[in-house]
Amino acid sequence: MSNTMSDNVLRPDLDRPNSYVGRSLSRAGATRAVAGRGRYTDDITLPRMLHAAFVRSPHAHARIVSIDTAEARQQPGVALIMTGAELAKRVTGPWVGTLTCFPGMKSAPQYPMAVDRTCWVGEPVLLVVAATRAQAEDAAERIAVEWEELPAVADKKRALDPGTPAIHAELGDNLAYRKTIDNGDAEAAFASADRVVEDTFEFGRHTAVSLEPRGVLAAFDKGTGKLTVYTSSQCPHMIQYLYARTLGVPDHMVQIVAPDVGGSFGLKIHSYGDEIAAVAASIQLGRPVKFIADRIESFVSDIHARETSAKARMAISKSGEILAFDIDVLSGAGAYSQYPRTSVLEGTQILNVTGGPYRHKHHRARATVVFQNKPPSSQYRAVGHPIGNTIGEHLVDLAARALGLDAIEIRRRNVFPDDAYPATTASGITIKDMSHQRCIDVLVERMGYAELRREQAALREKGIHRGIGIACFIKSCAPGPHGYYGMGGAPIALQDACTIKLEPNGGIICAVGVTEQGQGTETVMGQIAATALGVPMSSIRVISGDTDAVPYGGGTYGSRAVAIGGEAVYQAARDLKGEILSIAGTLLQAEPGVLDIVDGAVVDRAGGARRITLAEIGRIGHFQLAELPRGSQPTLSHTRRFHLADDLYIFTNGIHGAYVEIDVDTGFVRLLKHWVVEDCGRIINPQLADEQVRGGCVQGLGGALYEHCLYDEAGQLTNGTMADYLVPMAAEMPDIEVAHVLTLSSVSELGAKGVGESGTGAAPAAVMNAVNDALSSFGARVTTQPMTPEVILTALGKV
Amino acid sequence: MSDEEHLPISLTVNGERVTRMVPVRQHLVDFLRTDLGLTGSHLGCEHGVCGACSVRVDGAVVRGCLMLAVQADGTEVVTIEGLAESGEIADLQEGFVARNALQCGFCTPGMLMTAAELLAAGAPATREEIRTHLSGNYCRCTGFHAIVDAVETTLAARLKKS
Repeated sequence: MSNTMSDNVLRPDLDRPNSYVGRSLSRAGATRAVAGRGRYTDDITLPRMLHAAFVRSPHAHARIVSIDTAEARQQPGVALIMTGAELAKRVTGPWVGTLTCFPGMKSAPQYPMAVDRTCWVGEPVLLVVAATRAQAEDAAERIAVEWEELPAVADKKRALDPGTPAIHAELGDNLAYRKTIDNGDAEAAFASADRVVEDTFEFGRHTAVSLEPRGVLAAFDKGTGKLTVYTSSQCPHMIQYLYARTLGVPDHMVQIVAPDVGGSFGLKIHSYGDEIAAVAASIQLGRPVKFIADRIESFVSDIHARETSAKARMAISKSGEILAFDIDVLSGAGAYSQYPRTSVLEGTQILNVTGGPYRHKHHRARATVVFQNKPPSSQYRAVGHPIGNTIGEHLVDLAARALGLDAIEIRRRNVFPDDAYPATTASGITIKDMSHQRCIDVLVERMGYAELRREQAALREKGIHRGIGIACFIKSCAPGPHGYYGMGGAPIALQDACTIKLEPNGGIICAVGVTEQGQGTETVMGQIAATALGVPMSSIRVISGDTDAVPYGGGTYGSRAVAIGGEAVYQAARDLKGEILSIAGTLLQAEPGVLDIVDGAVVDRAGGARRITLAEIGRIGHFQLAELPRGSQPTLSHTRRFHLADDLYIFTNGIHGAYVEIDVDTGFVRLLKHWVVEDCGRIINPQLADEQVRGGCVQGLGGALYEHCLYDEAGQLTNGTMADYLVPMAAEMPDIEVAHVLTLSSVSELGAKGVGESGTGAAPAAVMNAVNDALSSFGARVTTQPMTPEVILTALGKV
Repeated sequence: MSDEEHLPISLTVNGERVTRMVPVRQHLVDFLRTDLGLTGSHLGCEHGVCGACSVRVDGAVVRGCLMLAVQADGTEVVTIEGLAESGEIADLQEGFVARNALQCGFCTPGMLMTAAELLAAGAPATREEIRTHLSGNYCRCTGFHAIVDAVETTLAARLKKS
């Protein structure tokens, strides 16, 4: 159960009837979904709709010698076959996935489909549009492409070797980006430290595996020149900009609608060439064209993430004080840096967040990001954090073991104290409003830590090998305009917005730029609006995910919806309330200050007597304007935007605990229980916040234990099915206990931070520490994720 | 389209008699979704792993992506829409909504279909047994904990009632 701490105090103006903040309301969308009435992109059918399929590269690196489409064009139902070269002529130019905030970063120009050379297995090469998907696939099979295979660079560790060819000759080599942080004097700290612990790490390539694959349904109206695209996206306005810019349709003539989105996790904040191709086909044909990726297409064309090797060390004093970190990571970007968010943020975030909970003064970190003949990697839930936290927290445990300190104790000695904020981490991050100490206290209590340690010891006597893992973390949320996307030049809104309106019958329409993927955005925004305005939830409808209907916003990414979008809703609702009270004051001949809104009616602030309903205000404000003073022009519609003024991010913090049992004969890890205590600031809906943490945790546990895009030397994906790429299922996952410590963010009035990635960001660190705790009696340890049975048996010397 | 071999099928879907000509290679779930507009059954993997397309055929839960439409000739098919209309799982649906045992909702119809089977068996089940029963249905959003809670609560209420 959730533990909403008693300091979830409401602002005085929120602590009143219709205060839905802090209440676990159910989601309206859930009722549709359980009845099978969800409406996802593939559920939408338009008149004269056609279907797209793709010919994709079977080679990791190859030159296209020739393409023969003659037979395919004769197949039944075929409406269009388009090569990459033909599509290149229909777009305004190639993308280059670099941002100016990454000085010296390189990437090659990339067209939506390969033009004369393919750079990864699965890269789209030709588009086929036909009356049915089956016919499009039939025709695609009859296209003959002659290939000349080129040397493939699959192994990131060899990407920069002198003998390795540059994937993109014009770049000179395969280096995408290198970043170094060197704060304090790490060299001296290591030289004079009592102890140094160090290790090397391997993190496998993952992908998001949203259950609903990517998809678009594009409908271009040749009569009006308007392009409408239904797409499973987290960021409709970003997609609007990119389609407009790439396809030459003015952005005000592009409507992007995100219907129900069947899972996203960062996968659906990106641009994809196959989607552009399908939209281009609709523009060319003047007919609706649908493209839904199938599962193998998803595995080879969705963004990938995480592939990183690392070497890291940490200096400590004999009293257990962390003095310095020194980390060196190598991250595999894939064939191109993903446009427009790039493929280097995973690597650079690792540098920022490793050791982020601790007060050490010296921090040296280097990230090297290289190109390989694999799908582009990019932002996926908790970018960089699972890796940075695993590295940092593993080293902390090594230090604890070396010094004979308990895992909790060493963390208590090193975290930033709760009264130390604002502060700056050794990596240079500004942190505020955090609560590491209180989080540790709550975790220790919730886990029954001391008793768990006793149980572990008793069972070890009986040959049962259990491990307890702890991981503190910080998590970047709600990026601001001074960071990567804003100053970096990406066409992605860092602000978000709300337009809130009073309708003639007293109903409230609340249109928001942040989007819904099932996490409960619409419900939460409704709770904020209803609370700020003083109306029942049943009076409010929240609209999201349609660029024709909502104010310009960034959508949902980086745990920003409540912190940024929620604040905009709060401000806009208060503006509307102000206008309603002003109109009511005029009508009632009262000062607006003595009035309030409760349960959809204007009341006397003192005494609470109902004076006039919002329906009456709506009726007068829209229809009976003669009842208002001459010259008054009520809008009954208010828009507010919000973005961070100074900070790069709002950082949140927390701690995970994992309890596992290892079968030392088979190498299987059984997850017995998992705990998370985190501080996301103001909690609007406790149940939804908890479920974000739980779902995120399991996504992290999947990566730590099972998930891996396995590539061979030739750059072929060898496990591109859901039978081979293992995802966590119900039977393997533990119950997850979630608790919150609430420290309101000081950068907004609402005080919310972010919660969507706090599970994913540190679960891998906690579970790896638990596994190593269990293995410690054998003198064995693992630093490779996923921690497959083979990895564990290898560590035990059994294979 | 004209070159594809078609066969006639006659079956009952959610209690309604349906007769159609279908391509012989068409999967049952594609038939339900595209020909009948029953879009509650979803395609997640199209190779029988994820469980999103689960439907009931002659009383048994099957993968709609592993069965051809022509194989459903003469059968009785129930989809999530039919299950919802009949009221058979109204308690489970309420339980899912109240416990937020779904987020994006894409796995939910299949998950409900599978959970309904467990509930219909009428036997007590531990959390671990519930987890095992649901282990053929992939959910990327919830982490499963809330789903297990919802099924457990619904099962307990039903057992208490009976």
